[in-house]
This record gives sequence, structure tokens and C-alpha cells, in this order.
Amino acid sequence: MVPKAIAEFSEKLDHTSPAKSTAEIYLPNLMNDQPLFSTIEPDVQCKLASRRDTLNSLLKLGGVALTAPIVLATLSQQAYGSSMSPGVISVLRFALLLERLEHEFYEKGLKAPGRIPSQHRAVFERIKKSEGEHVALLGAATGRLINNDEFNFTAGGRFPDVFSDYKTFLALSQCFEDTGVRAYKGQTTNLMPVGLLLTIALKIHSVEARHASEVRRIRVEKGWITASSRGSLPPFCQPIYNGDGLTTQAGVNLAGIGGTPAVPRAKHLMNP
Amino acid sequence: MNYALALEGLEAEFYSIVMARPYAGMSSEENHVLRDIRDHEIVHREFFRAALGAKAIPQLEYNFSTVNFNDRTSVLTTAMTFEDLGVAAYNGAGSNIKDPNILTLAGKIVSVEARHAAAIRDLLYPLTDAFSPAALDGSEGHRGVL
Repeated sequence: MVPKAIAEFSEKLDHTSPAKSTAEIYLPNLMNDQPLFSTIEPDVQCKLASRRDTLNSLLKLGGVALTAPIVLATLSQQAYGSSMSPGVISVLRFALLLERLEHEFYEKGLKAPGRIPSQHRAVFERIKKSEGEHVALLGAATGRLINNDEFNFTAGGRFPDVFSDYKTFLALSQCFEDTGVRAYKGQTTNLMPVGLLLTIALKIHSVEARHASEVRRIRVEKGWITASSRGSLPPFCQPIYNGDGLTTQAGVNLAGIGGTPAVPRAKHLMNP
Repeated sequence: MNYALALEGLEAEFYSIVMARPYAGMSSEENHVLRDIRDHEIVHREFFRAALGAKAIPQLEYNFSTVNFNDRTSVLTTAMTFEDLGVAAYNGAGSNIKDPNILTLAGKIVSVEARHAAAIRDLLYPLTDAFSPAALDGSEGHRGVL
């Protein structure tokens, strides 16, 4: 059930919440409302090795360009070091799940014959490629094999047109991307103990924001969120945007800055 | 935070000039995008100034002599450079931030900068893969930015 599912999904992304363990993270299975982790939870705790020198040595590589292949190669050998606490791994695995969801969504959309108009294909090919690289990176970082679990995006048949109606596809795309931005943002503080992983997460986070901006603009929305408005999205998407209208940040009231009374401009300057 | 103030001040000043002297042929969409970004950057700047209080650096003077404000390509290319740089600067600073609240705040700002970057890039290269050229955005330290 998409409305309930997305509502729950969004609630789990509250950035003020502490990191939950993987077992506690209940993401909606869009097919049958079952926890996704029931199908993809591997025994990562059992696989934890104790190679101490690992991530710490990587952290000392100041100035090295952190390209995906370098990080991937390094982490695949070293991710099981002691600096990877279960909490950090939970965050990474949470991110991996989100990226897999997104990647499969775009793969299916691009495969649906004639669904994505030719003038928009370059955009979605780019997004799919990035999500695929995020999956590979996070999969390597968590020592997780990428399996072929399938997500069902039609919500048990309630939204059968997700890959046949372009407007539905675009709406879900925006939901995923704006959610992805919130999700990474909400987890950054949990990655503070491992600076390298925090940096990687930030580098992914801003890419998700670029995706969100582009998809929103294709939907003839602004690239940025105005207050807590979901714009033209259906009501069930509202939880994604709740809390976006904060105009006081770190004790500073932003409304009215810029020479005019409290105007919407002050409300969409920061993502939630 | 003074580093962020300097960057946001640069952007705010730039977009203020752009909107005060719109280049010839600025489309309605471009006008809306650039005006919104100007407003965002002003709020970012004033936020850091307010948060820093007495510790804030004075207003800086920026030199835009290499920008041709009458030329769309010059303006948008400069905007693209600033936005990409802003994203990389916040991304690079993240792991040096010790206060979780400041980190979250920086996260809230950097994603808006990234949304700007994608929009500007799309104005320059519509509906191509330019809006997000890589799977991982950049991260730069102080030296790489200043």
C-alpha cells in the first residue's frame, strides 16, 4: 500500500532519530507490506573480521581522489576492520537498500518499451548509472553480495501503471530522490566516527540532490522544496516533506531575511 | 563557519548582480531560477553571519572582473562553477565538523547547493547527463577552494 508504505518510509528517515540497527529498520515492501529486511538481511555480523589496520590506513590517504573505483577496491578488502561498528554498518546497509530500490526502479523504467520519452532518456540513464555505482560501492563496503531480490513498485497492484504511465513514474522518481536526500542527511551524524565513510556519504548525498532537482524540474516543479509543499504529488507523499518548512535553524530565525517580510523564500533554503 | 560565510557571500553577491543587471535574452525560467538561487544564497549568508555574531568576518569585497554579466554563457558558466565548488567545499568540510548539529546544518545547505548546481547545469545543457556528471560529487579542502 503505497500511501502507508511511503508514510512509514519517510518517518524512518527523521534525521533527529538515532541510527536504528538493521533489524529494527523496517522499510516497507511496496509489494506486500512485509519488511524488506526479511528478504535481504544477511548475516553481516558473523562475517565481521578483525583487520584493524584497514580503514584507518585508508583514512590517512589525504589528497587522494576518492573515485568510486578506488574506494570500491579499498573497501572491498578492508571494510571488515574494527572501525566499522555495527551502527556504522547498519547505516551503510540502510543506504544500500535505498540505492538498490532506486536502481531497480530506473532499470525497469528504462526497459519498459517507449515509456520514457526519448528526450528524457539521457537523464534517467545518468541517474540509473549513478545509483548502480552507489549500489556497487555500498555493497562492497558492507561486504554484501548483490542478490537479485526484486522490488515490486506497483504496491500489490494498486498502482499498476508505474511503468506504463510516465506521470506516475516521474512522481515516484521524485519521491525516491527527495527521500534519498533526507535519508543520507539524516544518517550523516551516525557516520561521524568514520570520517572517510562520512565523506563518501556526503558525496552521494549531494548527487541524490542533483537527481532530485532534475526530476522535479522535468515535472515542472522547482528544483528545490518550497516550505513543506509536496507540490503536485499526491497526498500520500506528504510525509516526505513534513518538517521542511522550518524557518528557524540553529536558533536563527530565517524568515524575512533578504529584505521582505516572512516570505516563502526563507522557507526553502535548507532541506530538512 | 567563516569559511562558509565567505563562500555564501561570494554567491549572494554574484547572483545579486546577475538579477540587478539581467543578461540579454534571459528567459522567464532562467529569471525564476536565478532569482530563487539569489534569495537562497542571501539567506545562507545572513544565517552564517547571525550564527557567528561577533566572530563573523567583515563583509568581503569580491572581484567579478572576469565575468561578463551581459553574456548568458559567461554568467551561467560562472554560476555552475560556484555551485559545484560550494558542493565540493561543504562535502570536504564535513568530516572536520565536530558538532553534530553543525554537520546536519551543513548537510541541509549542501543539498540545496547541489539542487542549484543541477538546475544551472540543466539550463546550460538541457536534458543531458550534465546535471550530475558523476556518481560521487567532489570534495575539496580549504586549499582546493580558496
